[in-house]
Amino acid sequence: MTDAMIGLVALPLAGALATLLLPRLATVVAIGTGLATTVAAGLLLFGFATQGALHYEIGGWSAGLGIALRADALSALLLMMTALVALAASVYASAYFKGTFERARFWPLWLLLLTSLNALLLSGDLFNLYVTLELLGLSAVALASLGGKRAAVAAALRYLLVGLLGSMLFLSGVSLLYAGYGTLDMAQLARTVSAGPVAWTALALMTAGLLLKTALFPLHFWLPPAHASAPAPVSAVLSALVVKAAFYLVLRLWLDVFADVVTAAAANLLGVLGAGAVLWGSWHALQAERLKLLAAWSTVAQLGYLFLFFPLLQALPPGAARELAAGGLVMLALTHGFAKAGLFLAIGIIQQRCGHDTIRGLDGTAQRLPATTFAIALAGVALIGLPPSGAFLGKWQLLAGAVETGQWLWLVVTASGSLLAAAYIFRVLGHAFGHRPYPSQPVTVAREEWPALLLASMAALVLGLAGAPVWGLLEIGT
Amino acid sequence: MNWDAWIPVLVVASSLLPGLIIFFLREGSHRLRTGLNLAGAILKLALVGILVWGVFHEHVYESRWTLAPGLDLVLHADTLSVLFVTLSTVLWLVTTVYAIGYLENAPHRSRFFGFFSLCVSATVGLALAGNLFTFVIFYELLTLATYPLVAHRGTPEAVRGARIYLTYTLGGGMLLLIGTVWLHVLAGPTAFIEGGVLDRLTADYHLQLKMIFLLLIMGLGVKAALVPLHGWLPQAMVAPAPVSALLHAVAVVKAGAFGIVRVVYDVYGVNFADQLGLLTGLGIAAAVTIVYGSLKALTQDNLKKRLAYSTVSQVSYIALGTAILGPIGTIGGIVHLVHQGIMKITLFFTAGNYAETLGIHKISEMNGVGRRMPATTLAFTVAALGMIGVPPVAGFVSKWYLGLGALEAGTATWVIPVLIASSVLNAAYFLPVLYRAWFRVPGPAWPSEHIPAARLETSAALLWPPVVTAMLALAAGLFAAAPYSPLEWATLIAHREYGL
Repeated sequence: MTDAMIGLVALPLAGALATLLLPRLATVVAIGTGLATTVAAGLLLFGFATQGALHYEIGGWSAGLGIALRADALSALLLMMTALVALAASVYASAYFKGTFERARFWPLWLLLLTSLNALLLSGDLFNLYVTLELLGLSAVALASLGGKRAAVAAALRYLLVGLLGSMLFLSGVSLLYAGYGTLDMAQLARTVSAGPVAWTALALMTAGLLLKTALFPLHFWLPPAHASAPAPVSAVLSALVVKAAFYLVLRLWLDVFADVVTAAAANLLGVLGAGAVLWGSWHALQAERLKLLAAWSTVAQLGYLFLFFPLLQALPPGAARELAAGGLVMLALTHGFAKAGLFLAIGIIQQRCGHDTIRGLDGTAQRLPATTFAIALAGVALIGLPPSGAFLGKWQLLAGAVETGQWLWLVVTASGSLLAAAYIFRVLGHAFGHRPYPSQPVTVAREEWPALLLASMAALVLGLAGAPVWGLLEIGT
Repeated sequence: MNWDAWIPVLVVASSLLPGLIIFFLREGSHRLRTGLNLAGAILKLALVGILVWGVFHEHVYESRWTLAPGLDLVLHADTLSVLFVTLSTVLWLVTTVYAIGYLENAPHRSRFFGFFSLCVSATVGLALAGNLFTFVIFYELLTLATYPLVAHRGTPEAVRGARIYLTYTLGGGMLLLIGTVWLHVLAGPTAFIEGGVLDRLTADYHLQLKMIFLLLIMGLGVKAALVPLHGWLPQAMVAPAPVSALLHAVAVVKAGAFGIVRVVYDVYGVNFADQLGLLTGLGIAAAVTIVYGSLKALTQDNLKKRLAYSTVSQVSYIALGTAILGPIGTIGGIVHLVHQGIMKITLFFTAGNYAETLGIHKISEMNGVGRRMPATTLAFTVAALGMIGVPPVAGFVSKWYLGLGALEAGTATWVIPVLIASSVLNAAYFLPVLYRAWFRVPGPAWPSEHIPAARLETSAALLWPPVVTAMLALAAGLFAAAPYSPLEWATLIAHREYGL
């Protein structure tokens, strides 16, 4: 299965070069690359399920010196999500950018972004993680500015500065660790790190940088403008995948590398910030006047839920209950990825067909685009956390963990956040009713509507009804 | 997997799949849509027939699908679920016929029938739910599937009514979810088992169990329209008549009432719930609702609103029967689940007929309508008399058992005055309507006559459903002692619950 690991990085990289050299064939190459990457991610997931954790040293140089690729359940699942979301968004983008001059610039950056995402998820070494994080941030900023409008460029510039600040904080933490322990391999660090000023400072610095990148409240200020002004397929990937990458690193650091160093108070702090994100983000989503802003604020809120798991995981003793909670966390992250990508793609269709995305002006639009509206509804079900979405199972575990550990505050936050989410989703869906006639075909713009619909159904139906293997896979890793 | 395990799945799928296909049909393909609807409804009826026979002979029908470790989606047929499934299936068939007639040439029919089928699938799913987790899933799905039906007309009032409906039901769903999660943490997966499963927990947990009970009942009480959680029901009246009929008789309100029955009998166990002192509170809430709903109904001139408040009142008979300890009260509550459904659906069908045929929406416009629409008015009369509790219509049987149960339980004699007061109020808000319809002289013209009088007083698809359900209501009362009647089945349930 090491071929699959290499393929996940090499294929999109080769694709990026090919689209740069052959701009005429860019669309075909990019979708072909997307398909091949999805196959590789599938093989990796299958390989992990049958053989357990995977490890590969490039060129035979051992960790500490060379570059090591590794994959466990968490990274394999996130890689699979990345591949699927990216593939759907690529198909969508092929129609979205058709005949525009951005097309030639879009594809190389897009594939570079995928390369860095995959590389980040496969890295086992903090320095490589820093490099991939930087690469990811830069390609994301370039993509976000593609719209070329003043607002988009301003938001992208802010995004760039925040990203650089985040990377710098992260890098300073990394250097501190290297000075203290002489290694940057995460597995080795996990064995040697001990509680003390060095570890605490390093963790604090790295976490601060990552929280900035993952836009956790109150460091979220840059996200709504950046995600709301980027082109739709880019917004989808930024909200669904890019912020998740930084979150993934927080998770790795707190649960694997620094597991013995983290204190309950620190985990509670993350929980409090998460709670702030849930309430503040949902409230702003409810106030938003444009669909894209709504979706962007909803991302702020949804990331908050993920941080509510930290105090629970800290308090739960190792055992079945903790495994269930950890699975719930992963499930929630996966569902959000699919749902938010589907939502942004659907909003993009509305924006392109109607020339606007103001919520007030939706009457009639929703009737003209029933499949798009249905995609928004399905994504909405997943964002609220209603059954049969994967988020329902995730939130169930969140609530169960809160009851189990007696941390009732998180339960109240989750419940209020979900009701606020219902309010902002149904504020949009209320516009879907009315007496304008239907078009004769339910699906009107196939190449754009199908990706949105499939992503949304993945979140709202597939993960919820067939998501049990997620827990099974996570168990293999422990 | 053997065939027995597939039947509950097929019962749900027989409306789910046609519903999903219908979404993708063109507006114009009227025949195909009707064919799919009816084929699904009839297939479901046949499957339910197998279930009824099998459950009576103590066959086990159970399907299980793991969603997450420890969280199984379980469809399981027991006596109680079969009762509710049969009710939903029969009334779905009738309502489908009615809706086809009602929505003739109306826009958005594919969307309507698609969600209509999803709504029934969710109802059947929660009827067959084998544990509280599954119940919660279908309970929320039901909310989602009915929202577009309430908003269907697309007018500002409809969208507003739907939003109020959603606010209440999603809020209630959240309370139910929290209660369920809490119970799951305390007691593990809570399968519905006759006699309950919680009495094994020690006294340390009793306080928590009481709080959970409160959460669950509040969550279910929203749909069951227990006062003061009933505010959505009169607002949801903006929905088209077949939707109101389904909402009031089978789907939404019944889902709440059915959930209360499940929680008391099959999660807590009625004896254990009584030990914890939970039944009195439930009984008082139900009694308050019964009287309050009837009082509000008295003052409504809008026919559908009067019927809506009557639902608020009547559905709480089910909760009241649940709160009376002892098999006879149980029988009264459970049999009312069916009886109220048949009678109330008749009333809503006939209200729809008045509106569609003559444009009558208010009671003050009903003078002499019995002469113009005798069959419809006769059906209305039978159902209204049943609601009051006049023998031999079905409602009498329910009230008789509730009263008898209260006497037998001894501690619940306060129920008797409530029953009497409620029956008097029922008479007070239904008899004047009947008097107007039959004995007053009609005005010079009807508000707006859409369907002219011909051989039939209105179109056949509108006329037959209320006539059929009115006859069912009469039959359920007249042949209450026949085998497989609702009463006999409720008796079977009570016997299995109390282990008699």
